[in-house]
Amino acid sequence: MSNATTHAETVHRVSFLDKDSLAIPILKVLQADGTAYENAVLPVIDETLAKKIHDTCVFTRVLDERMLGAQRQGRISFYMTCTGEEASIVGSTAALDDGDVILAQYREHAALRYRGFTTEQFMNQMFSNEKDLGKGRQMPIHYGSQALNYQTISSPLATQIPQATGVAYSLKRQGKRNIAICYFGEGAASEGDFHAGLNMAAVLNTPVIFFCRNNGYAISTPTDEQFKGNGIASRGVGYGMHTIRVDGNDMLAVLAATQQARAYALEHNAPVLIEAMTYRLGAHSSSDDPSGYRSKEEEAKWQQHDPVKRFKLWMVNKGWMDEQTDSELYVKYREEVLAQLKVAEKVPTPHIDEIISDVYDKPTPILQKQLAELKKHVKKYPEAYPKSAGRI
Amino acid sequence: MAQMNMLQAINEALSSEMEADQTMTVFGEDVGHFGGVFRATSGLQEKFGRERCFNTPLTEQGIAGFANGLASNGMTAVAEIQFADYIFPAIDQIINESAKFRYRSGGEFDVGGLTFRTPYGGGIAGGHYHSQSPEAYFTQTAGLKVVVPRNPEQAKGLLIASIRDKNPVIFFEPKRLYRASVGEVPEGEHVIELGKAEVVQQGTDITLLGWGAQMEILEQAAEKAAKKGISCEIIDLRTLAPWDVDTVAESVKKTGRLLINHEAPLTGGFAGEIAATIQQECFLYLESPIARVCGLDTPYPLIHEKEYMPDALKTYEAILASVNF
Repeated sequence: MSNATTHAETVHRVSFLDKDSLAIPILKVLQADGTAYENAVLPVIDETLAKKIHDTCVFTRVLDERMLGAQRQGRISFYMTCTGEEASIVGSTAALDDGDVILAQYREHAALRYRGFTTEQFMNQMFSNEKDLGKGRQMPIHYGSQALNYQTISSPLATQIPQATGVAYSLKRQGKRNIAICYFGEGAASEGDFHAGLNMAAVLNTPVIFFCRNNGYAISTPTDEQFKGNGIASRGVGYGMHTIRVDGNDMLAVLAATQQARAYALEHNAPVLIEAMTYRLGAHSSSDDPSGYRSKEEEAKWQQHDPVKRFKLWMVNKGWMDEQTDSELYVKYREEVLAQLKVAEKVPTPHIDEIISDVYDKPTPILQKQLAELKKHVKKYPEAYPKSAGRI
Repeated sequence: MAQMNMLQAINEALSSEMEADQTMTVFGEDVGHFGGVFRATSGLQEKFGRERCFNTPLTEQGIAGFANGLASNGMTAVAEIQFADYIFPAIDQIINESAKFRYRSGGEFDVGGLTFRTPYGGGIAGGHYHSQSPEAYFTQTAGLKVVVPRNPEQAKGLLIASIRDKNPVIFFEPKRLYRASVGEVPEGEHVIELGKAEVVQQGTDITLLGWGAQMEILEQAAEKAAKKGISCEIIDLRTLAPWDVDTVAESVKKTGRLLINHEAPLTGGFAGEIAATIQQECFLYLESPIARVCGLDTPYPLIHEKEYMPDALKTYEAILASVNF
């Protein structure tokens, strides 16, 4: 038995701990002007990596801007942006090996882009067309790719957390030099699955990074109505795991923390919790209007901490980027996104037969019967089912 | 063939599959060194090591989530939920995750290697938190298979099939039979195909359908009815999802009558689904209304367990009513 209470120091007067008993600093590397803090230890980064990170951020900005617009025009049903959180997402993914498995919440498409998901693939998913890897079964932004080790998004919050522990355990058992990374918001950390997943990860010695995007809001609920403790980081210590809090809008701080977290997780077969302090500059989703729960002044304040701009300034200072190249990249991606959007929205929907595939590995007799009856019905009333009627 | 009880048969199935499949792990509350509260996983940790058979913290949602993660990355995962009554904290992971993993990803990911084992059912003076039969909560969920064995031989064959099946399976073990049911079990390879019901007794006057521990109740009722000259055909459904409509329909077309028995409450129970389907398939063959002999629509009562249970006498009465309709 190794109960911590058996070797605790004893006291003989009542004395309580509180949330400030544990001081948790915030790691910062980059200042607002794009120069590093004096004495800051930089992550491992060269020009190629910096350009890939920057490229991913620009693409994501453009995608978010265009697809939110497309949603407003009624071309897609739903959208979610990750504006303001790019450093948290890309900075962490850039610290990983491509064989590391990503279990995201939903606002991490920048990580998928970093891994190589093409513009066409993004579009196919959002338009639920027959080229969508997910066969048109989920709302826009629920991406997934086996080839890129990015597990398909599910809408229920925090379910990916204990799953990441399982994935990490499997990687360990398979003898792979890989870890799992699990993204979630500070709101999702209130779910039972958060507790279950982190506790099991620590107890079962699994190489996994739990990456909390503390972006201030769970839809409309601010953090002070979500938890009372010292952020999410304080909980990691409670589970007995290595924990760090970083400035989530500081690309180099996130990269540095995640690089070291990954090395630690692999070497010790142990989980690490990273709490990235950031801000969701956009709405929760295309169905949300933040003006009902936060001020323009607050948003304007956070605009000053734009993580993409800060990192770009650092690259400009290094001589790895200039304003013109940066602007040209935005133009290039705007054209590419628009062009691919126009193609994807004309690709047919998946065939009606796909309605029963993948429920089980093989369609059961009951499903086959239901499909046959459905097709017969659609044939009888083709005008009521225009997407399928012409292709039975 | 070897004589063994149901726990021994389950243990043997787990052990032989762990030997055959190096990716298989077995985990849950107290399943490690202790071998589980019913001892179904006894000796597995000693044989296969702590990495492959281990205790988890006390968190059903965590066990299910962890199991999903393991299986999603190509491993065979056999998770024990200590009692089916405690599966509910895991229901989100099972219904929203396990069941939909393949469908929602378009086949990019699946948890086909996942099996949940869990003891269900009454008859052990366990009251409402150690006696429930929650199968109907899962049979409505597309993507799950639901399996229930009736004796040690069936338990071994169906559990091996469940573990090998490329879909998530919930394997409900009738706990009152764990030690009470003893019988011959084939040694070595023994696999019973999922999705197939079995006619365990031929008959001509009425079809009695059940699963799990209620099969012995059906047999007792049939024996009593036989003394009145009533010939019962008895079918063990074995797999509730996806269920074998053809075998049941074929039998009912022959006998003209159907009685379904389950421990779970009547309303919303799986018998309702079977009755609806069979009246559709066999309407012109039916001689009497389809009978359901089930638990009452109450929580499972401790002191009135005997009165609550759809026992052999209630079944016998329902057989008489059906035949004399």
